[in-house]
Amino acid sequence: MNITPRLKRRYRADRRFKFYGMAAIAFALSFLAFFFIDIIGKAMPAFEQAYIEVPVTYSAAIKDNYNKAIPRSYRYLVSKSYLRTLPYELEAHPELLGQTKQRWALASHRVDQYIKGHQGHGLKKKYRGHVTAMYDDGHIEMRFNARFFSHGDSKMAENAGILAAAIGSILVLLITIAVAVPIGVMTAVYLEEFAPDNRFTQAIEVNINNLAAIPSILYGLLGLAIFINVMGVPRSSALAGGLTLALMTLPVIIISTRAALRSVPESIRDAAYGLGASNLQVVMHHVLPLAFPGILTGSIIGLAQAMGETAPLLIVGMMAYIPEAPSSILDATTVLPAQVYTWSSESIRAFEERTAAGILVLLTVLLSLNGFAVWLRSRTQKTW
Amino acid sequence: MTTANVFFWFVAGLLPLSAMAFLFASKKAEKLEVQFGRLQSRPGFFGWYAVIKLASPALLVGLVCSILNMIGWIHVPGEMLLATAFALGAGSLWLGLKHVKHDFRARQPVEKTMQMMLFIAAIISVLTTVGIVFSVLFESIRFFNIVPLWDFLTGTTWNPDTAFLIGSGMAEGGAVPEFGSLPIFAGTFMITIIAMMVAVPVGLFAAIYMSEYASDGLRTALKPTLEILAGIPTVVYGFFAAITISPLVVNIAESFGLHADFTNALAPGLIMGIMIIPFISSLSDDVIRAVPQPMRDASLALGMTRSETIRHIVLPAAMPGIVAAFLLAMSRAIGETMIVVMAAGLRPNLTANPLEGVTTVTVKIVEALTGDQEFDSAFTLAAFALGLVLLVITLCLNIASSIVVRKFRQRYE
Repeated sequence: MNITPRLKRRYRADRRFKFYGMAAIAFALSFLAFFFIDIIGKAMPAFEQAYIEVPVTYSAAIKDNYNKAIPRSYRYLVSKSYLRTLPYELEAHPELLGQTKQRWALASHRVDQYIKGHQGHGLKKKYRGHVTAMYDDGHIEMRFNARFFSHGDSKMAENAGILAAAIGSILVLLITIAVAVPIGVMTAVYLEEFAPDNRFTQAIEVNINNLAAIPSILYGLLGLAIFINVMGVPRSSALAGGLTLALMTLPVIIISTRAALRSVPESIRDAAYGLGASNLQVVMHHVLPLAFPGILTGSIIGLAQAMGETAPLLIVGMMAYIPEAPSSILDATTVLPAQVYTWSSESIRAFEERTAAGILVLLTVLLSLNGFAVWLRSRTQKTW
Repeated sequence: MTTANVFFWFVAGLLPLSAMAFLFASKKAEKLEVQFGRLQSRPGFFGWYAVIKLASPALLVGLVCSILNMIGWIHVPGEMLLATAFALGAGSLWLGLKHVKHDFRARQPVEKTMQMMLFIAAIISVLTTVGIVFSVLFESIRFFNIVPLWDFLTGTTWNPDTAFLIGSGMAEGGAVPEFGSLPIFAGTFMITIIAMMVAVPVGLFAAIYMSEYASDGLRTALKPTLEILAGIPTVVYGFFAAITISPLVVNIAESFGLHADFTNALAPGLIMGIMIIPFISSLSDDVIRAVPQPMRDASLALGMTRSETIRHIVLPAAMPGIVAAFLLAMSRAIGETMIVVMAAGLRPNLTANPLEGVTTVTVKIVEALTGDQEFDSAFTLAAFALGLVLLVITLCLNIASSIVVRKFRQRYE
């Protein structure tokens, strides 16, 4: 019997198998690379914004109709969001009345998209030559889009920014932290350090594991039915969103806190008991401080997850049009992912790059949060 | 006074009072310690005892009033609530301070209270489950009073628009709303199957490579990198699927002479599959590494190649864990919302062609609950019925996966 060909075949199969593994990893990594390049490429144009130099006439008529401040041929090119500030400017500086000044104004999104050379810019044919000429003469400039970070949402794409959504996200996250972290840590301490080992405790454990795997949208249904319809929390408020996300994050925090508590060696507890500490003193003075880095890491990861969550927030109504940052937790609020979602369903081309830019901001925050958690874990990891 | 104001003053009043109570009681205990020698409890426990004495009646009053308000029996004015709560608090603080004596064992009641609070926190997670179950169950029962359960589960036409019309009294003669959810579930399963077809081979082979071939250094770099895939918000994936992948699928299909909708099932399915790769790879990696090394050594010693060892020894041994990972990933895919909301269609479609647009359970829930519909119309109630089915399916998958995992643990630990 000749063994060699069969052996060769087996070795070939062996190499093939290893290759499949490498191919799988390569596929996942190249998707990741493609994904980031695609999103960054789509987002970068949003950080530039066209500004246009126009003659502004401060006449008395602009108080009633701000469109009259600039010549008719420019009206289509300048953003309404700039024009409507003119009456206020005149009010603040009455000496401008009757003068005509060259001013740099925010260009409309059509001009902006046309200069960036995007398809679907929507600029009318008759204006194209004019705009190109102005751009060549330096009367239209591309500047850093600071508005994107200093303004809330707007129906005018060139004026839309993420500030309101970012503040909303922070508010919602604060509520989530205030509710989920104490309750989660307390639950974990109870289950790990105090709970008797009986059926009820086991039921709680099974229940927490199941909660961790329930689809997030069902938490939205819970928030809608309980917080909004029964408890009367205002719809689309930061409070409703924060409470809903808190319940969603709770299992993540409980599970990671329990793991952190379990990693504190029994000898520490025994030593404390030996010195006469009570159950509570052992936990509060020794176990919790030692488990703190682990708890922090788990909480950060859970909160990052909550920060990127959209579905349950849509259900509790957080997809409203919010141009101003909310002033209280009961006001209608939007959050970064929800803002991304609303922009993504806009048909105007300029919103697409803003969606991508919003995504880029969101991803930067989330990845740095997660990276911080990983760094924290590697720094504070103790081998007993 | 608005509820928010009352709440604010309640907290703003209670906090300094509590701080005062803690300070007075612990100072008094310290003085007693000078007089009588070391006490049974540390002065801090006397402080906490006073805080508990102060806060519990006030909190109780606040809680009872807010529940009464919520049910709507009596509306307690905010000012009255605050006055009662603080008066009670001050009275019980005085009582608590009187209890601070040298032979008083303050530690026991404080520890009892703390344990009780921990227990209450643990109960909240149970209440969350109960809340989820009841919130979908009650509305679902109302829905099934309108639409029979059997029609809902087996009907093949989903046409609820007429329910809205009937609700507003504009129904045209003879139009009956239909709530057959079969096409919706078919769409959900089609997208889930596409996702699993991507995630299972990639995730499994990635896990095999990481646990069996990669060096330790490579593995510690690869695992978190792959997990980035699970950390990307789903709304981002949805945008990516809708803007980048869907047109790509349409173009590729056209180059083969096929027609594809822009809301095709393939794009969200593929992206969802990529999203759940880490669920499968991380969990499978863990179970593959848990397979005892002697099993591999024995197989290699008998002359099996590495891949034969993995295929015939390691994978069968790790199979329960891999199945559990598969089930968990599947429940994640079924419940995934944003990707399908943004990239899949809205029209229920009973088809086997992944290039056509289909819709899913989660899309329909979002559609029904984000509009300006009346909350009691059959249309919005249907969302809760769909939610109930979603809950039951994912719960079954989770429970099945945890049973399989427990079996696996018992075998090797």
